[in-house]
Amino acid sequence: MKFAVLAFPGSNCEMDLYNAIKDIIKEDVELVSYKKNTLEGFDAVLIPGGFSYGDYLRSGAIARFSPIIPALQEFAKSGKPVLGICNGFQILTEAGLLPGSLQKNVSAKFICKTEPLVVNNDHSMFSSEYKEGQLISLPIAHGDGNYYCDQDTLRELVANDQIVFKYANNPNGSVDNIAGIINKQGNVLGMMPHPERAVEAVLGSDDGIGVFQSIVNHIKSRGVIYE
Amino acid sequence: MNSVMDQTTEATPEQIRDNKLYQSMGLTDHEYGLIKDEVLHRLPNYTEVGLFSGMWSEHCSYKNSKPVLKKFFTKGKHVVKGPGEGAGIIDIGDNQGVVFKAESHNHPSAVEPFQGATTGVGGILRDIFSMGARPIASMDSLRFAEPKTDADKYFIQQIVAGISAYGNCIGIPTVGGDTAFDDAYAHNPLINVMSVGLMDLDKIEVGAAAGVGNSIIYVGHKTGRDGINGASFASFQFDSEHESQRSAVQVGDPFEEKLVMEGCLDVINNHSDALIGIQDMGAAGLVSSSAEMGSKAGGNGMELDLDLVPQREAGMSAFELMLSESQERMLLCVKAGHEDEVLKVFSDHGVNAVVIGHVTEGHNYKLLHHGKLVADVPVDSLASQAPVYHRESEMPEHLKNADSKQYQPKITNPTETLKEMLGQLTIASKESIYETYDTQVQTNTVVAPGSDAAVVRVRHHDKALAITTDVNGRYLYLNPRVGGAMAVAEAARNIVASGAVPLGITDCLNFGNPEKPDQFYELDQAVMGMSEACEKFEAPVISGNVSLNNEYDNVPIYPTPMVGMVGLIKGLDHITTQDFKQAGDAVYVVGKTEPGFNGSQIQKMQTGEISGQLFNFDLDYEVKIQKLVTAAIQQKLLNSAHDISEGGLITAIAESTFGNQLGVDLAADLTVADFFSESQSRFIVSVPQEKQAEFEQLVGNDAQKLGKVVDDNHLFVQANDGYFDLDVDKAFGIWKGALPCRLK
Repeated sequence: MKFAVLAFPGSNCEMDLYNAIKDIIKEDVELVSYKKNTLEGFDAVLIPGGFSYGDYLRSGAIARFSPIIPALQEFAKSGKPVLGICNGFQILTEAGLLPGSLQKNVSAKFICKTEPLVVNNDHSMFSSEYKEGQLISLPIAHGDGNYYCDQDTLRELVANDQIVFKYANNPNGSVDNIAGIINKQGNVLGMMPHPERAVEAVLGSDDGIGVFQSIVNHIKSRGVIYE
Repeated sequence: MNSVMDQTTEATPEQIRDNKLYQSMGLTDHEYGLIKDEVLHRLPNYTEVGLFSGMWSEHCSYKNSKPVLKKFFTKGKHVVKGPGEGAGIIDIGDNQGVVFKAESHNHPSAVEPFQGATTGVGGILRDIFSMGARPIASMDSLRFAEPKTDADKYFIQQIVAGISAYGNCIGIPTVGGDTAFDDAYAHNPLINVMSVGLMDLDKIEVGAAAGVGNSIIYVGHKTGRDGINGASFASFQFDSEHESQRSAVQVGDPFEEKLVMEGCLDVINNHSDALIGIQDMGAAGLVSSSAEMGSKAGGNGMELDLDLVPQREAGMSAFELMLSESQERMLLCVKAGHEDEVLKVFSDHGVNAVVIGHVTEGHNYKLLHHGKLVADVPVDSLASQAPVYHRESEMPEHLKNADSKQYQPKITNPTETLKEMLGQLTIASKESIYETYDTQVQTNTVVAPGSDAAVVRVRHHDKALAITTDVNGRYLYLNPRVGGAMAVAEAARNIVASGAVPLGITDCLNFGNPEKPDQFYELDQAVMGMSEACEKFEAPVISGNVSLNNEYDNVPIYPTPMVGMVGLIKGLDHITTQDFKQAGDAVYVVGKTEPGFNGSQIQKMQTGEISGQLFNFDLDYEVKIQKLVTAAIQQKLLNSAHDISEGGLITAIAESTFGNQLGVDLAADLTVADFFSESQSRFIVSVPQEKQAEFEQLVGNDAQKLGKVVDDNHLFVQANDGYFDLDVDKAFGIWKGALPCRLK
């Protein structure tokens, strides 16, 4: 199967994702420029972390107008997996593919540390490798990671089982300790923690492998694979 | 400075001479005379005086420090490029080179902490990628006064926020550094930034422009009126009457820098046939980068048309355009006929690039502005013919009759003294600082901040780089030569404790006013001490930076030559951290403990000052101890290793218990006071039970067994005249909480 890793001006985790897929998950992967207008030939799309356009405006607010975004919206509509990490999550909310928004951390500071997360949904196409209630450790690195949505949206997220990961010790003030959510359809995941930074024990944790492996398992079980 | 810049019409050459206007730009009567009588043989005009004031500043010309810098040990069989280029390069095998350099941003940060810090990070990164290397890690070495007022706290928070904002955005991990607090840095804090890059050795670029007809291409941000003549500003000393010097401070834009970096690396890696040279527009901006590029190539001149320089503001003068230090700008020399190819690369990366001039016949550096020739000077006179001063050196008063007797700590309750020590800001955890830095982006960080050295693996190879910064200005204040050697030795101990072998160093020489003999003495002696140590460790100086005139109201900072050292770890299984790993492991101290109290943290803590002669230091013994620890790590005998430094043996023991919250049950034939000695050449290590015999055979009498690691979360250490007795989590709480509490 083949992953696309989108690259916007100011993205800075695209190579980390690329290396994780290529070296650890051992699947095909290609960097796709924000200037492209098609995602044909890919089985899953990954949107990396970083500071697209410097994040001088609201995080992700300018990247959302890139030429690739209509293709991404199309891709998401087709039901194939889309994963946005950190700035990628912010871009997904800005592009209207996920509800809510990411505000400044309550500390008003950037935080980089490894945080314990609770797996809240173990049957999504991004989390089937985990068990519900399982505690995993993933690095966070963000200044705007404080997930916010209104009460109605939150009720809906809970009712539809859209909350995939929760923080065990909420580091940024997110509503309901939310670290990662999927859309109603279940094929778009946005998460602030960085699973691509946790795929090798030598770097401190390999708890993140499950996210990518779940995607691979999902695609391969469906038998629709672009080689 | 302001009186000149504020003039709307430029002074005439005669007015400059008669009213000595050059002085306010930083040139002395003697230097002006040289320009007039020996270089130009005529009166220089306003723009030309500006060019010389920037290029002949200490920051660009090293006119006061050159004779001293020549004393540095710079040789080594792995050195690919030593001092002189943007950054130095060391061969690490597999056709790979590690590139590193450090830079100070003390003066701009003192005036505007956030932007001073951001542009410090930005500037050093440009030095790295202009060599053709991709930056893989940054470090920060910070010195502040003890925070007392809200303004002090704000200042520290803004420095940290600036480093965080720039490094995080551009996606280069800030993997470590060191922060210490002492009122010697009140009004004159030190903000030193180091960057490390990795490159293929067949892709080296140098900052030279050669070949008549080749084009000079300007890349990056437009030029504005920020940081005008900042190099000259950085070479002044501060005083309370000149608090408002904000116009000399630049503003950073990490997003633009990221685009410029990707564009430059693309040109270097994929269009090397078109590229002759590349250089950062750093201190003294356009004049410095172009004149240095022209002078290094040798034998040619250069002509720039300033009307082609992208400008952010209307009506900028030639002086302003040449001396602006607007950030995120690079200068390239590109082969004639290849201009469009290179311009297209930058355009694809979304970066502004434009041809602004050419390499010409002759040796002159000519500037055109609005169709008029506004400067015409020999290119070498700017870049390589600045005067060199051999300053007078005289031992400072406070060293002349210093008492050789070591301070005796007064300890009635050892546990209380330990608790007080762990709460000292210089000792306490810096987590509240480094958790705001992205330490992991690029996914190569094996050891993040908090251990002796940071460790970054080299992807797809079984090797890693260890990186550390270090210096204790208090030691240098009491003995600049020995203190300078100790700075290098402690950096090496950090590198060795992490499992690496030292490769080389970079430095930031932060000192006072070189025109004062007692302050010049400190610089001269420190460099000699550092150089002696570098030679012993076979760790040559490959790059560095000088920051002089760090004084306020005539009081200099402590002499503080920051040492940034990089080491090579020859197998990932050699990587070692300071944390005790498991109960039952034996704890040893390697190296002998001697009275080392003058200049120590406990002297400062108990008396409020440091005094007396610095304690002894034996470089040969230091090398021997380090080699023993390296051997023990390479033979896989150690589970942890930690350098013993500020706060002494008991502090190092406590720090080793924190990571895994393990206790210790130890005893030593030492007094409780000895446990706070800062005598050098020591490590605290832990050894698994089955390796103890082998370890003891290796180290012989150079290590003493103290006891073992226990799993009851309790630190107990028996001394001859008392004991330390404290819960690990309690000690940890004090150590971790001190800094955030004081910055609240």
